[in-house]
Amino acid sequence: MKPELASSQMLVALPRATARRKAKFAKLGTLTLFLLPTAAVYTIFVLLPIAKAVYYSLYKWNGLGAPTDFSGMSNFLRVLGDTAFVNAFFHNIIILILSIVTQLPIAFGLALLVNRGIRGRTVFRLLFFLPYVLSEVITGVIWNFIYRPSGGLLNSILGNLIPGFTPIGWLGNQQTVLVALFLVITWKYFGLHFLLFLAALQNVPAELEEAASIDGATRRQTILHVILPLMGSTAVLSVYLSALGSLQIFDLVWVMTTGGPVGASETMATYMYKFGFQRFSIGYGSAVAVIIFVACLVLSLIYQRITMKRDLA
Amino acid sequence: MSAVSRVSYRTSKLISQTLKYVIAITASAIIIIPLIMAVLGGFKTNSDLQTNSYGLPTTFNFTNYTSILASSSFWQQLVNSTVIMFATSVGVVILSAMPAFVFARMSFRGRGLVFNYFTLGLLFPITVAMLPLYITLRDMQLIDSLWGIIIPQVAFGVPGSILILRNFFTAIPKELEEAAALDGCATVGFFWRILIPLARPSLAAVAVLTLVASWNAFFLPLLVLNNNALWTLPLGIMQYQGQFAQDWSKILAFVSLALIPTIILYLLAEKQIVAGLTAGAVKG
Repeated sequence: MKPELASSQMLVALPRATARRKAKFAKLGTLTLFLLPTAAVYTIFVLLPIAKAVYYSLYKWNGLGAPTDFSGMSNFLRVLGDTAFVNAFFHNIIILILSIVTQLPIAFGLALLVNRGIRGRTVFRLLFFLPYVLSEVITGVIWNFIYRPSGGLLNSILGNLIPGFTPIGWLGNQQTVLVALFLVITWKYFGLHFLLFLAALQNVPAELEEAASIDGATRRQTILHVILPLMGSTAVLSVYLSALGSLQIFDLVWVMTTGGPVGASETMATYMYKFGFQRFSIGYGSAVAVIIFVACLVLSLIYQRITMKRDLA
Repeated sequence: MSAVSRVSYRTSKLISQTLKYVIAITASAIIIIPLIMAVLGGFKTNSDLQTNSYGLPTTFNFTNYTSILASSSFWQQLVNSTVIMFATSVGVVILSAMPAFVFARMSFRGRGLVFNYFTLGLLFPITVAMLPLYITLRDMQLIDSLWGIIIPQVAFGVPGSILILRNFFTAIPKELEEAAALDGCATVGFFWRILIPLARPSLAAVAVLTLVASWNAFFLPLLVLNNNALWTLPLGIMQYQGQFAQDWSKILAFVSLALIPTIILYLLAEKQIVAGLTAGAVKG
């Protein structure tokens, strides 16, 4: 690299120079050994597929042979012009908004409840977080049972509570399916947000709360003016994770409704699956994937903006 | 404070305390009742299930459970899921610990750039990459092979794990490394003999998070595994639900059996899961 430097050193202290060069080689060796295997797997199976998605999205291609039928932006125009996709997109957005306005307050409220002055907090924590580790398939099937029109848990309970109640096919009804799904999403995922808020609450120094109560603040005032402002970064993170999850949701929807009835619970991911894998329109499906990706990217950029501003402030 | 206001303070305290428990217990019930229903449902007959959907079974009927436990497909799926889960976890731990070590402990030109390259993957959910990933796996003849699940799961698990581990590795005091160097321990030796044993809790956190994610995975196996001898439990449950459409007591028994390993893992490793998630949450 720098021959004149190396040779001048060699004149003065030959053994030291070779030792240094040896060390340099050893370091290079370590770097290669430690980085290369991961880099290879990661590049081939994560980054290249993403790049390929962009590439395929420009072709009309059924996945056989090489893509040759270049079609420019036409896949994107067709996707965006399809009302079924636009509806699916709005379903994602509805889930996203519902998640943020209901799931997060519930999670925060329960975290506040469990954080202090309650017995059995370990048990409550264990229970509240449990659904998060269950698989989407198990969750979906169990809730399919709860929602089933005749003999399902929900209809049985409502039937006993409300006289003359006629059973509802929660998942088979275009009006109720999204809300029914959303309830399961909340059941399954609020535990993560609960956990994040609980961790943040534990970082609030007890002295702060004591000081507030000595100054005569009520519990409500303490929560509103002392604790809540300290939850900022956790709340932002929580909103971000929940939004990201809402944009990509597939498993639960597929297990419970496969996007039906008549597309009433279709999401971008189930739409992609139907076109990409069931009809093998790889180009078209890739265009959907790229659109999902762009939506997630925009979200990530907004998140980064907000957190960076917070860090600077 | 007057006596009266002290009493009213106490009653209001009591009310708020009671309310706390009522809310917490209601929330717990909403979480646990569906699971208990499923387990009990597995013991009911279908006609019992129809008329008595909550409440104890009129008679405990074990045939649903025993017939599943006697079927080879259930055990095959359990084995497949387990193999994939452990292989993925080992892969993620090894392939993320090494780069995390480099990023936490070694300085070289372009380190920031390389680090960004490795964590860029956090922006790409596996859902988005599914179609081209499928094509890639097909071209490599990894369709209908357990490797076709393990390798992509490792690849997508690596970016987040590198981030978690790097933070843990950075927190290990620099003096330890200097002391090791004085004792003639080279970089690689330091990694194996000192850092890895010290970082065991963080490695466990990453491993457990990966176990859970892999055990629950559905989308990728749905695409890659067509041969039912290779199916994992989530695929088995889906198939079972399709096959026995209205035979809910059978389906609930299957689901309940599939729940057991998850719950055992959760009870054993809740601490690691929580530690990993709260550490990983900073990743954004």
